[in-house]
Amino acid sequence: MHIDNFATGDSLLHRLDPRVKIVVAILFSVVVAVADRYGCLATAVCLALTLLFLARLSLREVFLRLLVVNAFIVFLWLFLPFTYGGEKLFSIGPLDATREGIIYALLITVKSNTIVLALIALLATSPVVTLGHALSHLYVPDKLIHLLFFTVRYLQVLHLEYDRLRDAMRIRAFKPGTNVHTYKSFAYLLGMLLIKSFDRADRIRKAMLCRGFHGKYYLLSHFELQRVDMIMLVIMMLLVSGMASLQWIILK
Amino acid sequence: MDNSEVIIRFKGISFAYHDNQSHRPVLDDLNLQISRGERVGLIGANGSGKTTLFHLLMGLLRPTAGAIEVFGEERQKEKDFREVREKIGLLFQDSDDQLFCPTVAEDVAFGPLNLGKSQEEALAITREVLERLGLEGFEDRLTYKLSGGEKRLISLATVLAMKPEVLILDEPSTGLDEDTVERLIEILRSSDLTYLIASHNSDFLSKTTDIVYRLSQSKLVRATKHH
Repeated sequence: MHIDNFATGDSLLHRLDPRVKIVVAILFSVVVAVADRYGCLATAVCLALTLLFLARLSLREVFLRLLVVNAFIVFLWLFLPFTYGGEKLFSIGPLDATREGIIYALLITVKSNTIVLALIALLATSPVVTLGHALSHLYVPDKLIHLLFFTVRYLQVLHLEYDRLRDAMRIRAFKPGTNVHTYKSFAYLLGMLLIKSFDRADRIRKAMLCRGFHGKYYLLSHFELQRVDMIMLVIMMLLVSGMASLQWIILK
Repeated sequence: MDNSEVIIRFKGISFAYHDNQSHRPVLDDLNLQISRGERVGLIGANGSGKTTLFHLLMGLLRPTAGAIEVFGEERQKEKDFREVREKIGLLFQDSDDQLFCPTVAEDVAFGPLNLGKSQEEALAITREVLERLGLEGFEDRLTYKLSGGEKRLISLATVLAMKPEVLILDEPSTGLDEDTVERLIEILRSSDLTYLIASHNSDFLSKTTDIVYRLSQSKLVRATKHH
């Protein structure tokens, strides 16, 4: 399981108040997502790299995560250059690639990588549980927070259950291949996981009822803004606003 | 203990699980009586209905026939069982079902908060219970990263934090190492609670209970008496 494996560390970003990090991460992502001027995006890339440097994470692990993101982006490169209208650059058989299409695909690639880098540096450096508590103190509805908590809590359990079932298959010499037997076995595995989660959800509900649950949850963690949090918040907000102004004010 | 106050009384309880195709009777005209201070063991084959019996007592299932009396009152509706759940603590077979909060402190405080305690009171109770079980310093640990034995003891703490008058333990020693089992026995023996334990481990039962019933063929019979 990969939950929380960037969360241990003692960098400036690890120690920063998670509320500050969430606010900055949201603003940064929104600005990058809507920006299309090169000056603004170049600044965003620099900012994301600086944050990554400040978080002092293993670059190898970060790179592996970026691979996952870019696996999706490969599909964009397969379609966008050939379907977007504009000036023709080259053609493969009957398909024409346009200059605009390539620029568009490039923009999306840069934007998503920049946002993911910033999110890794800002958010992955706090344990999910802490982020949940921070979100609750930022007035995100309780129901969403508890969905997050239940997901984190039981992802682990489900993953273990999956591993157990997988091992049970393996010790009976199951070798996945491209055949009906494999598809059927995996379908059984998935179905079994679904049924087991359903049963578990029912048992958890019962356990909660036994402890007097009547529809209300309580959170115990609280945060206190330190001086360094305030200073970092101001600096990062200034940088993000500067970046935004490159998109919307200068050169108009 | 014949003259002491009876706090749990099952009168002619029957229960069956209904599936689309099958009708599987589990309990049939079962009678049980537990007095304050009694320490009762329950043995029986897998699927003989021990867990069902506990879930009936907590109002998680409803009997098809018979009456359940707890603390001198007959309990029928969900509302009647709310009070039962405040005074009777049930330790589930699988601790992963019981621990659902991210941190240990939140999980232990969940019950007391539901009972209307303030955050400070709930935290004080949490610290006190963890200390009593020798689990100091576990407050900020993440529940999903605990070992199996730790999970079981923390689950027990979440139940004890509600200051129950009766404790119901469903297979508490299953899957634990010897040391943890010894710790559990110590905790139970030193408590003055009324409790009811289902277990396959007769050694565990003989060390923790005064009387053992066997559940077999939908009926309850007295198996042993140690003292």
